[in-house]
Amino acid sequence: MTTLIALIVAAVTFGTVLMYGTLGEILTEKSGNLNLGVEGIMYMGGAFGLAGAFYYEKAAGAAASGPVAIVIAILAAFAAGMAASAIYSFIVITLRANQNVTGLALSIFGTGIGQFVGEYMRVSENGYVALSNDLKDAFSATIFPDFIVGIPVIGRVLFSHTVFFYLAILLAVVMYVFLKKTRYGLYLTAVGESPATSDAAGINITAYKYIATTVGGGISAIGGMVYIMTTAGCVWNHEGLSGVGWLAVALVIFCIWRPLNAIWGSVLFGAMMIMYLRVSIPFIPTEIYKILPYIVTVIVLILTSMKNSRDKQPPASLGVNYFREER
Amino acid sequence: MGTETKTPFVRLAKRAEMAPRKIWLIRISSIIIALILGCIPIILTGNNPVSAYGVIIQGSLSRPIYVRQTIKIAVPLLGCALAIAPCFKMRFWNIGAEGQITMGAMVATYFALFWVDKVPHVPLLIIMFLTAAIAGGLWALIPAFFKAKWNTNETLFTLMMNYIAIGIVAWLQGGPWEGRKGSQLIPMFDKAARLPTVLGVHCGWIIVLVLVLLMYIYMNKTKQGYEIAVIGDSVNTARYAGMNVGWIIMRTMFISGAISGIVGFIIVSGANFTLYKGVANGVGFTSITVAWLSQLNSFAMIAISMMLGILEKGANTLQTKMQVPASIADIITGILLFCMLSSEFFINYRLIFRGRKEVKA
Repeated sequence: MTTLIALIVAAVTFGTVLMYGTLGEILTEKSGNLNLGVEGIMYMGGAFGLAGAFYYEKAAGAAASGPVAIVIAILAAFAAGMAASAIYSFIVITLRANQNVTGLALSIFGTGIGQFVGEYMRVSENGYVALSNDLKDAFSATIFPDFIVGIPVIGRVLFSHTVFFYLAILLAVVMYVFLKKTRYGLYLTAVGESPATSDAAGINITAYKYIATTVGGGISAIGGMVYIMTTAGCVWNHEGLSGVGWLAVALVIFCIWRPLNAIWGSVLFGAMMIMYLRVSIPFIPTEIYKILPYIVTVIVLILTSMKNSRDKQPPASLGVNYFREER
Repeated sequence: MGTETKTPFVRLAKRAEMAPRKIWLIRISSIIIALILGCIPIILTGNNPVSAYGVIIQGSLSRPIYVRQTIKIAVPLLGCALAIAPCFKMRFWNIGAEGQITMGAMVATYFALFWVDKVPHVPLLIIMFLTAAIAGGLWALIPAFFKAKWNTNETLFTLMMNYIAIGIVAWLQGGPWEGRKGSQLIPMFDKAARLPTVLGVHCGWIIVLVLVLLMYIYMNKTKQGYEIAVIGDSVNTARYAGMNVGWIIMRTMFISGAISGIVGFIIVSGANFTLYKGVANGVGFTSITVAWLSQLNSFAMIAISMMLGILEKGANTLQTKMQVPASIADIITGILLFCMLSSEFFINYRLIFRGRKEVKA
């Protein structure tokens, strides 16, 4: 039982990272833009989020407060992600370049920037960038008081997580309501399904695509920050972050573009990512165990493509640029 | 797109054919712009960009030994870009070259480790070459099969195959093929399993140059190359013309994976002399840049792969000499791609400003 609870807690921790990446990419893809740069965006979010919190603490000294550091880290990551996807948006929406290659370029660029900032901070701070223990704890502490977390089983499983997890769930719900219940959300869906029709209906396609893609990038970037500030223990760790962004892109398909599915989908993938540490299966070597999430993703990809049911399709214009004069 | 009552400030129009000389002029100037933009991060670290680029050139080209090391970096990039070109021409987004390299390297390593006593030098190398090609090809065939049959998303499929391939090698490295117990290392290859050197660099460079020629002929002078181009332009046209699109996708991916597999063989047998999980070392991704920057033109790839080789080798020198992190190479590579992608816009479209003035960008 304790192993199971520990597994769930660890799965949620890693799942939170994936959830931000996935939710951001869902928003982006709803507008018809397939942004393959999530990997780079999350690197940038991680590096700039850490930088934000670190330099805030350096400036504030002992007076630094946890909540402020968290807000600064979120904002820094969000801004970095928005900037990165603004580059993507400009090249893809305005200049109509190929989305796949532009996304890959953003991946290379973003991982470069993230790595550059992370390394540069380390070098310029003489080899060591870390937050004080108080701030570290603020990032990994739960928002619930002890007596609630102390409830047997349920307390640990539901209430012991970081503030980022609850924010992510809130975000998923907000995105669901936005996409399904508000006019703007429905317009956005229409833009992703058929830009020509939306254009004829008087919707400002360019604005929708730009806003959805940049905000989506910002959300994805928060995931990178959450990884660095929780799982990695507030130090720059590019190895642990590598591949997470790609997994988030895969998760979008797994969740069939629905924000609420992202909640359990991310936790499930989070569990697969860390299971080798917690549950050992005899006869299966760890290294083989570690590739489990990728194999599952492949199987999911195959199954969703084989089923081909009408309500489980990507936005119809995904990956295709819109040019009004081109009919 | 603004209100329709007045003419927008800028309109776009598709451009008719542009003179090839002018096209390349735009492309080359976009590379120059990218290199200028690359100065920004260098300036932000408090260094002089001119001397930084100087260090990059110096660190990669100033001595024969540096040049050899630069070529060693460029060879797999070039080989892998050749592998990716037909896929991208077909609009099949194969980002799994990393895994295909790894599989080729793995199978080549099998023969290097366990057949070295049984077969003499040259036949052994030929066996390694061929089996690496087959292994890479088969690994690439898996996503291609599902793409052809059920239109499964190839971008993510090929990507996931990378991690699976790397995981398998990681297991071999710490398990069945481990040399000294606990070392987590696969033993170094015997001399008989190593590629001979020609002019100071392993002869992999000759292999890839031959591949450049073959790929150029394949893409431009053969029926199969033509079929790939037609599918890239329009899958429906290809279908109406009676092409078996699924079969062509699988065939092309097999060829692509095979070349990546050969690159894997070159890396283990020519440069590393051993196998480890990071054997592909991002080549599969960087070579996408090479392929795209050279517009899938085989000969342009030679220049671009050398350019990125210089950047990567030089960036390492830059890190030791000026404390600029070596990831500056990735940043500049990314900016290069951004600029190149943007430049296509000016090649394909004309900007028409309000009034009658037309700007020929």
